[in-house]
Amino acid sequence: MQLSMWTYEGPPHVGAMRVAASMEGVHFVLHAPQGDTYADLLFTMIERRNSRPPVTYTTFQARDLGGSTADIFKAACRDAVARFKPDALLVGASCTAELLQDDPGGLAKTLELDIPVVALDLPSYQKKETWGASETFYRLVRACSANRSRPAMIAPNSCNILGPTSLGFRNRDDVNEIKALLQASGLDVRIVAPLGARPEDLARLPEAAFNIVLYPEIAETAARWLEKAHGMPFLSTVPIGVAATRRFVAEARVLAGLDGRQHQSPRERLTWYSRSVDSTYLTGKRVFIFGDATHAIAAARIAADELGFTVCGLGTYMREFARDIRVAAKEHGVEALITDDHLEVEEAIVEARPELVLGTQMERHIAKRLRLPCAVISAPAHVQDFPARYSPQMGVEGANVIFDTWVHPLMMGLEEHLLTMFRDDFEFNDETIASHLQAHSPVPSPVSPDTTPPITRPRAELWTDDAEHELRKVPFFVRGKARRNTETFAAANGIHPITVETLYDAKAHFAR
Amino acid sequence: MNQRFSVGCSPSPHIRQRGQHEVFCGLTSIIWLHRKIQDAFFLIVGSRTCAHLMQSAAGVMIFSEPRFATAIMEERDLAGMADMHDELDRVVDKLLARRPDIRMLVLVGSCPSEVIKFDLSKAAERLDRVHAPRHRVLCYSGSGIETTFTQGEDNFLAALIDEAPSPGASDDGARLVVAGCLPDLVEDQLARLIGALGLDGVHFLPGRTSRHVPAIGQGTRFILAQPYLGATAARLEARGARRIDALFPFGEEGTTAWLKAIANAFDVPAARFEDVTQAPRRRAQAAVAAYRSWLEGRRIFFFPDSQLEPSLARFLSREVGAHIVEVGSPYLHREHAAGELALLPPGVAISEGQDVDLQIDRCRAADPDLIVCGMGLANPFEAEGRLTKWSIEFAFTPIQGYEQAGDLAELFARPLRRDAVISRGLVVGEGAPCS
Repeated sequence: MQLSMWTYEGPPHVGAMRVAASMEGVHFVLHAPQGDTYADLLFTMIERRNSRPPVTYTTFQARDLGGSTADIFKAACRDAVARFKPDALLVGASCTAELLQDDPGGLAKTLELDIPVVALDLPSYQKKETWGASETFYRLVRACSANRSRPAMIAPNSCNILGPTSLGFRNRDDVNEIKALLQASGLDVRIVAPLGARPEDLARLPEAAFNIVLYPEIAETAARWLEKAHGMPFLSTVPIGVAATRRFVAEARVLAGLDGRQHQSPRERLTWYSRSVDSTYLTGKRVFIFGDATHAIAAARIAADELGFTVCGLGTYMREFARDIRVAAKEHGVEALITDDHLEVEEAIVEARPELVLGTQMERHIAKRLRLPCAVISAPAHVQDFPARYSPQMGVEGANVIFDTWVHPLMMGLEEHLLTMFRDDFEFNDETIASHLQAHSPVPSPVSPDTTPPITRPRAELWTDDAEHELRKVPFFVRGKARRNTETFAAANGIHPITVETLYDAKAHFAR
Repeated sequence: MNQRFSVGCSPSPHIRQRGQHEVFCGLTSIIWLHRKIQDAFFLIVGSRTCAHLMQSAAGVMIFSEPRFATAIMEERDLAGMADMHDELDRVVDKLLARRPDIRMLVLVGSCPSEVIKFDLSKAAERLDRVHAPRHRVLCYSGSGIETTFTQGEDNFLAALIDEAPSPGASDDGARLVVAGCLPDLVEDQLARLIGALGLDGVHFLPGRTSRHVPAIGQGTRFILAQPYLGATAARLEARGARRIDALFPFGEEGTTAWLKAIANAFDVPAARFEDVTQAPRRRAQAAVAAYRSWLEGRRIFFFPDSQLEPSLARFLSREVGAHIVEVGSPYLHREHAAGELALLPPGVAISEGQDVDLQIDRCRAADPDLIVCGMGLANPFEAEGRLTKWSIEFAFTPIQGYEQAGDLAELFARPLRRDAVISRGLVVGEGAPCS
């Protein structure tokens, strides 16, 4: 039993719903009690979807538990097929129905429907949403394309894009960006799935030369099966960031039998913006990164290599991808954080003392509480992650979007100096928080006492008056850090009390 | 599975349905209950679905730490590799260590805990013994197989009543219990009005902290402030308390009838009643009248959600002249809803339970001016060019009493006003000619 105040991922049947809702011509009959229909609002409210997701819930009640739940399931299946006329039917059970062991797959088979029925096994008490999406996509691909064979002649530059789904982080815009990028690079994109695909499209997947896995969390299982069953190679370089995008295009071209030349797109602004002099202030800024595996690993690479930040923390809530995150964390010289407990993430953020947090909507809230700048880089999806404007994460425009999204919450280079100059201005004081931090939260909430590192002794004892006075001359936005560094230094060297001398010794020590 | 039949001599068609229910389960009422009772913590014993439902339905992330959580059952609990009771004790210890300020811990049963027949009352008794007197522990079921949305509150209040003391020798107990969770603002307004009528010994259930539990006995009268409290009423009656029958306090008419029923029960002189209610009545009438032009003659269709639907339909029909097409409710308490239904004009379809696909068909065929429905249906209807009002707002917004009567009308008028503005503003017309 696990205590959970908030969860990064829903149950696996929500992942299955995401795949069903991504596609056309698929209907999902979910054996589930009253109340599980809440999941519809993820699509209609968060994504502002203009139709109900293609899901029928059996809505059994306590009085049905005596034995008629199987009949309810069969009736719901029959009605759904008659009403929605899908090309393929998914059947599965939510957590409560799993306990009833009604076997939706077996029951659906007895109905002798004239469409393919894909039975999903979604172990709710072991697995989570993303796994459910991956498993559902794999089962559908397999059901639709297992009896197909590869054509004799396949154009070498033909490919499919696998992985984008409903409720995926910026997937809608990523697909457009990557499709255009591939087409401009001489590739022929045949099918995008599951987003926008029909079951008959899945059947035609083996007609392309190779697959591109944009989101390994969702599509790697299916791509591996296609490789094994149909001998289709796949590319899984994730084109997030300038370097990764260039490498992605080059690798795709090589797979297509073209030369692997790397282009610099005229639309690419991140490289110059990152080199421009105002970006000097980005150098060495400490960044804490947490999210799904794909976006977190990509973010760490961009932060370190393309913007010159220092990665001070890296983690994911997806245990299935712990190994990849550990490898990436090692490259950045930090220890990986693998947890789905947001309280642990909060502790790690406090501990890492970042100057920028890149995370999910939950980390955005944590950062707001800690008064740290933050940008959102990953699902779980939130209504704000479906902006009206074009806002991809992948490809050339994705890198531009990322530059803006990460840099705008930070104080600009010149701004830092101006703040110091005006420090003693009567209209400008430490209590006034910089305007750019408060755009979304009019009332700054004080940092709660239990989230700040414990101070064992009262400050008055720890610091001499002179040192305390000197500390106040340090610009307020780095003062907390100066205080913590000095106290850490004093504690490590057994210095008590802290004098002006100690303050500057500590500064010299940490500047190395 | 769907049958049409008439109840008694009522000319209204009554539809009872069995199919997909597009409603929340009883767990969802924790969203307002945990804000109301400031020293209570609601611990759902359930699955990841329950936890996901709570954060999705609440529609918010955590700004301050909420006073609810889920003890998520895992494979090893179900496979018997871990003793569920031991596991729950461990989770509760962890929780109370983190939140020592919690005085009342409420264990909430869910669909999976009910299906595996996990004995929550046994767990609550045991934990209560361990953690008393610092923390009280009680339990109720908010599972979807037994409850919809607001029925979770009903079960919780019933559990609170079981904990309530009986009147002692020196204590007469509560004279009047107002049952049903109300926003503090509304509770204060109603308390002032009831006080002005000259009553004392008035208790609201639930109170604002776990300590506020009235003594209930033969001398207690009670009135429901919400229409969904069947189990609560039954439990109060079992303790000897007697119900004051009334309309529910929505709109000027409902609030007046509700207060009048209290006044009659306690022999408040008519002149005093007039004195106390005259000014707020007039205010409420004026506030509602401001929205009449938007709603008069408009055809409104209610999907089932909170069981507030018959009261809201009565308000719209009688106070702003709306035309009600269908009133859907997840469940109808025949006795408690009788007064509301009697005031609806003949011909209004009353539906109980739901087959959402068939109801959507009926709604499209009726083509109403406004559809009151849940969040899963609202945007799809809007995309069809229909206007909707999300029903969940009626559970989260102060709408009861005189001072909120205008706000209640405004909630219904807003989609119509928005449509009027947007339709004008987003019209794609000819560009102005260059001059």
